[in-house]
Amino acid sequence: MCAIVGILNFAGAASPTEAALRRMLAMVRHRGPDQFGIYLGDQVGLGNARLSIIDLSGGQQPIANEDESLWIVFNGEIFNYIELKAELEAKGHRFSTNTDTEVILHLYEEHGSECLSRLNGQFAIAIWNERDRSLFLARDRVGVRPLFYTLTGGALIFASEVKSILADPRVQAGIDPLAVDQIFNYWSTLSPRTCFRGIVDVPPGHYALAKEGRMTVKPYWKLDWSANVLESSAPATSGSRKGTSSVNYLEEFRDLLTDATRVRLRADVPVGAYLSGGLDSSVIAAIVRKLGVSRLDTFSIAFSDPKFDESEHQRSMARFLGTEHQVVHATHADIGRAFYDVIWHTETPVMRTSPAPMFLLSKLVRERKFKVVLTGEGADEFLAGYDIFKEAKIRRFWAQNAGSKWRSLLLKRLYPDITELGTAGNSYLAAFFGAGLMETNAPDYSHAVRWRNNRRTCRFFSKDFAAAITEQRNNEGAELSYPDGFQTWGSLEKAQFLEASIFLSQYLLSSQGDRVAMAHSVEGRYPFLDVRVVEFCNRLPSRLKLRGLTEKYLLRQLAKEYLPAEILRRRKRPYRAPIHRSFFNEDAPAYVREMLSAESVKNSRIFNPVAVSQLAARLEQGKAVGETDDMALVGILSTQLVYRRFISNFKADATLTGHDDVKVVCRRTADQVRSCA
Amino acid sequence: MSQNMPQLESEIRKFIAENMLFSADGFNYGDNDSLLEAGIVDSIGVMELVSFVDKTYKITVPPEDISPDNFDSINRLANYIRLKQGAGRA
Repeated sequence: MCAIVGILNFAGAASPTEAALRRMLAMVRHRGPDQFGIYLGDQVGLGNARLSIIDLSGGQQPIANEDESLWIVFNGEIFNYIELKAELEAKGHRFSTNTDTEVILHLYEEHGSECLSRLNGQFAIAIWNERDRSLFLARDRVGVRPLFYTLTGGALIFASEVKSILADPRVQAGIDPLAVDQIFNYWSTLSPRTCFRGIVDVPPGHYALAKEGRMTVKPYWKLDWSANVLESSAPATSGSRKGTSSVNYLEEFRDLLTDATRVRLRADVPVGAYLSGGLDSSVIAAIVRKLGVSRLDTFSIAFSDPKFDESEHQRSMARFLGTEHQVVHATHADIGRAFYDVIWHTETPVMRTSPAPMFLLSKLVRERKFKVVLTGEGADEFLAGYDIFKEAKIRRFWAQNAGSKWRSLLLKRLYPDITELGTAGNSYLAAFFGAGLMETNAPDYSHAVRWRNNRRTCRFFSKDFAAAITEQRNNEGAELSYPDGFQTWGSLEKAQFLEASIFLSQYLLSSQGDRVAMAHSVEGRYPFLDVRVVEFCNRLPSRLKLRGLTEKYLLRQLAKEYLPAEILRRRKRPYRAPIHRSFFNEDAPAYVREMLSAESVKNSRIFNPVAVSQLAARLEQGKAVGETDDMALVGILSTQLVYRRFISNFKADATLTGHDDVKVVCRRTADQVRSCA
Repeated sequence: MSQNMPQLESEIRKFIAENMLFSADGFNYGDNDSLLEAGIVDSIGVMELVSFVDKTYKITVPPEDISPDNFDSINRLANYIRLKQGAGRA
């Protein structure tokens, strides 16, 4: 695991300097502290910070092909590199390392951008072609690894993290108001937007090609549920098809998930696993044991706040699986303190504190000398584990059975935690969840209630900021877009698309995934996000995902083979972390008060200082706040931190030093070569 | 808001501004607008409105009265309070 950075100067501009690339690399040292590499050409510079996992001694980047016409820097893992390498060697390619990085390069040489369809992995890639002077950038299918860029001052500047881009003096950081509005609505920006004006991401499943001063961005893979439509509508009466096929599906699923886990154990360092106590990570850990791994280290978070703690279940699971279990304890104060650094890593406002405990967890993993962990992310999206899928199903049921007595009963089953209203508030509950009830044809039917509720947080925006958002929205048009064929998909699959393309790719895998793990040089690997598993899940008939109101039906069938019945019966609690008590407690860190002070709020001009002060005063007095005010608090605090740390007081870290292991490759033409020195 | 607004409506508005909007600045809504739809109250907000009615106007709100019909706009809530006060006196 690593980071990549680079600069491509279009015609006219001077060559990128080694110093510029060293500055960019220093900003992402945490992602790859083991080795560094720099490539310098006439108009291009590439950089890599490496966390050595495969071919520890021979994999320093940049790496070239046989005739040194192609140069690559790479962040990520290609899990099927061994199979691909054999194929390429049979075609006559010669390899100088044992890395997966070099496999990509030869595959690109062979197939061009088509090579991406052969890669099973999580990656951000940059390849410079010296012959036709083109730069190829690509990102994995669901966006496990980040890749950002900006076009400014006649240059394309790209990096694994925005902070490297900001280290280039040509880039002026500014907040994008519409992006902040998106975060307060959807909990993340919508790709390719980031919260920084003019800085965008290469969207998941896309590649970009920059050549002769022009840049094109194209998809090579898309989330697609059209095969599900066929499977779900297949006649159940044709012989015993329905019964037989469920068994076939289970067998295929077991084989795929086992193989997805097996290839993710490929590493020249030990691999551990996160254990949340829930079904997804437990099944993965069980498969690892079944594959014959003799010692498995598992890691989990325990909360001092019993409302969020799952440690008892985690311990019993670890005992059952016979793993070496290690726990990090997170108190309210720990979360509040860590949050300051967490935002430096997420590089975006967030509406949840959940990234903070994950940050503390990766620290523990690193202290125990692990660089790689398997995790259970992706099952909730592709096998339908989230409550929002059930909620949408219930609302559709209501829409067809208006006035049913079951309304509030169904809701209580779905949200046993909604107790504030007691039995009195049934009509209120119906009013909350009944909004837009009849609009069952709306493409965002499943998510509209949640987003409408989230919108309450926007009342904290200052008048000017709200006006800027409106203006931008009027100028830039519709925000959400839906893929071809979306209207023909089933209602569950439409909801899955929204959940996977927004929440998973834009938030879970970044703010709560890559960014907080890489903060401590830890690489997450996700068997449920193996492309074969995802494509299999997306073919599944809906009844094998959400059956009645039973979530992840097929995974539950599989889990019966591995796990005790008590675990399967247990109601899953969504992973969350405490909010206001993390920032307002006896040991509250000083930055919280400062960031929320009228003066700071006035300076950033994003929020209404009176409203923020009143919210803070209310929390200081220990008065109750609701879900949305909790969300608003995290949103405001994190936005203020982004503004402070990336815009008003941005500090570039010290550059790489003589103590760092830096490989520099100079490929400049004769009249330029002196500039490498 | 308008100067000749009846006192009760204006008291409710003030309570909402201080406790739910945190600042009335830039927030315009009508006396008949749904507080739910305008994104002004959430589930905690409803309970606060109930306790505000209880404490300020000495009205005990029975569970069956906690409904959008009685609480979901400035006018509805004002009408509900007047009705209860009238009933108390009668």
